[in-house]
Amino acid sequence: MRAFTQHQGVAAPMDRSNVDTDMIIPKQFLKSIKRTGFGPNLFDELRYLDEGKPDQDCSNRPLNPDFVLNQDRYRNASVLLARRNFGCGSSREHAPWALDDFGFRVIIAPSFADIFYNNCFKNGLLPIVLAEEVVEKLFQETYENEGYQLSIDLEAKTVTTPSGESFGFDVDDFRRHCLLNGLDDIGVTLEDADLIRDYENKRRETAPWLFNTAN
Amino acid sequence: MAGKTLYDKLWDDHLVKQRDDGSALIYIDRQLLHEVTSPQAFEGLRLADRKPWRIDANIATPDHNVPTTDRERGVEGIVDPVSRIQVETLDKNCDEFGILEFKIKDQRQGIVHVIGPEQGATLPGMSIVCGDSHTSTHGAFGCLAHGIGTSEVEHVLATQCLVQQKMKNMLVKVNGKLGPGVTGKDVVLAIIGRIGTAGGTGYAIEFGGEAIHDLSMEARMTICNMSIEAGARVGMVSVDDTTIDYVRGRPFAPEGEQWDKAVEYWRTLHSDDDAVFDKVVELDGADILPQVSWGTSPEMVTGVDGAVPDPDREEDPIKREGIVRALKYMGLQPNQKITDIKLDRVFIGSCTNSRIEDLREAAKVVKGHKVSPTLKQAMVVPGSGLVKAQAEQEGLDKVFIEAGLEWRDPGCSMCLAMNADKLGQGEHCASTSNRNFEGRQGFGGRTHLVSPAMAAAAAIKGHFVDVREIMN
Repeated sequence: MRAFTQHQGVAAPMDRSNVDTDMIIPKQFLKSIKRTGFGPNLFDELRYLDEGKPDQDCSNRPLNPDFVLNQDRYRNASVLLARRNFGCGSSREHAPWALDDFGFRVIIAPSFADIFYNNCFKNGLLPIVLAEEVVEKLFQETYENEGYQLSIDLEAKTVTTPSGESFGFDVDDFRRHCLLNGLDDIGVTLEDADLIRDYENKRRETAPWLFNTAN
Repeated sequence: MAGKTLYDKLWDDHLVKQRDDGSALIYIDRQLLHEVTSPQAFEGLRLADRKPWRIDANIATPDHNVPTTDRERGVEGIVDPVSRIQVETLDKNCDEFGILEFKIKDQRQGIVHVIGPEQGATLPGMSIVCGDSHTSTHGAFGCLAHGIGTSEVEHVLATQCLVQQKMKNMLVKVNGKLGPGVTGKDVVLAIIGRIGTAGGTGYAIEFGGEAIHDLSMEARMTICNMSIEAGARVGMVSVDDTTIDYVRGRPFAPEGEQWDKAVEYWRTLHSDDDAVFDKVVELDGADILPQVSWGTSPEMVTGVDGAVPDPDREEDPIKREGIVRALKYMGLQPNQKITDIKLDRVFIGSCTNSRIEDLREAAKVVKGHKVSPTLKQAMVVPGSGLVKAQAEQEGLDKVFIEAGLEWRDPGCSMCLAMNADKLGQGEHCASTSNRNFEGRQGFGGRTHLVSPAMAAAAAIKGHFVDVREIMN
């Protein structure tokens, strides 16, 4: 996995609450058997005026001029500002894959849905929870200043604005460690293979029905 | 020391290692696989030259992409080539790694969350995962069950474990009795309406109380299924006689002495009397009416006697903005009566409501009636081949067909419209599925979440109606 230590980039405001993963990447694009190539279809139904199809060249599709990522000043954004409960709904990891493929590295919101939050860390994408009033302030500053950039330091657990104002955030130690070092967490788990085997053997004795195949 | 909750017990029983950083290795007893969220996981295994840790812990079936007609042609009958490749990829991966799969022409094929319990592959006390957020369904059996992303599907294939942080405990207690015509679906929609779509974020929810334990396993599955729509990855009901009676005799269920030993353990799968929950929410079953969602989030829901809300009366600006946006998308007016919403299509199916009891309830309502001529389509999609066979044995298929509903083959179908079954732009649908998100059932489609009985009543009338009026 790609490591994440520090990042500085343009912020884009996704100004609606309860953005679900169907909205982040609609179902027709889930038919792919790859992990890449979802970027052109990120927020497809908000971004384009027509109905998107898999494997389609998106460069000639009619854009929705009102959608935030279609505005020149946000085209190269890599920090997404979002509202409450971002990433709710389906567990599809295609949602972080699409955000990543578009170029996002950080998502900042007052709250995230659990499964989406977890999926981000598996893909080198950092979801940051900040207090609602802080997020509101960042939204306002983003609207007011073209080219507004935020600096994120995972080691120090801070988000810093262009004026030098800094906000701390929490992230659990294991996820942070994996992200900072770009660790393959399957590899980390397999270091405990003996423990897993011991547990399994014990369960085979105490609860053998868990290991049955069909009668 | 305070007693343990059901979630605490399940967590402790599956704990392989508690790490110093607060994370834990949790053993997974069962993984269910389907075609949409598994191909990249198998590919990851191959790229890292890893093998599945325990092949017999996995069961697979194609469900999201499968057509609901023309099934005798098998995979060849999937018209969309992209969908076909995905189903073929699941077949190839399962064949290569030796994983049990109920393929498209197998009568045991169906929606993953229907076939697990049906086969007894979902047993009380198990930890169960699937690359699908509605895995919470299996919590109805006193399981620790939740959805995961594809990276975690790969993690479980490779290690039989997940790295987890323990969640907080929430008890949602539904007291007293439910009124006639009020189902598990209405209960869960009412709960989501109360606590909101993020109300359960960070929690494992246990559903308890008299009204929950009076319900069948099918209805409990419906409730646990939609925990995720309240933000909770995990929803559970403690084990009782209803649970054990359901499991007995199923293909993967233990037998003989092993059965007795299992039952003895299963009987312990409830929260202790002195267990402490981080949050408790109580509802009175008698207050719950048949529910209808009016907006684009499952929390945007009201009783059938209600009306679409007026955003001007909402004080929270973020919620107000959400209501305005939802009404625009749904093409509804503030204060419009729910029973005045006209429908274009009716969908009875999905992992929420496609089990035999759901079909019986819908059939009871439509029997002797005809689908309204104002509807473009009303369809019934059973949850599995075995549910379909059972329904046909009971003559339910004939009841539906005589009333003018289409009787289809099993799969996820119009719940998320990955196959050919979808809404047209601007169409309103009474749907027994779980999500009313923008575009969920088709580009520009407008979903209203209801119970099977309410969907059936709406099919007859062409608009929403209180099912209790038809039942009388």
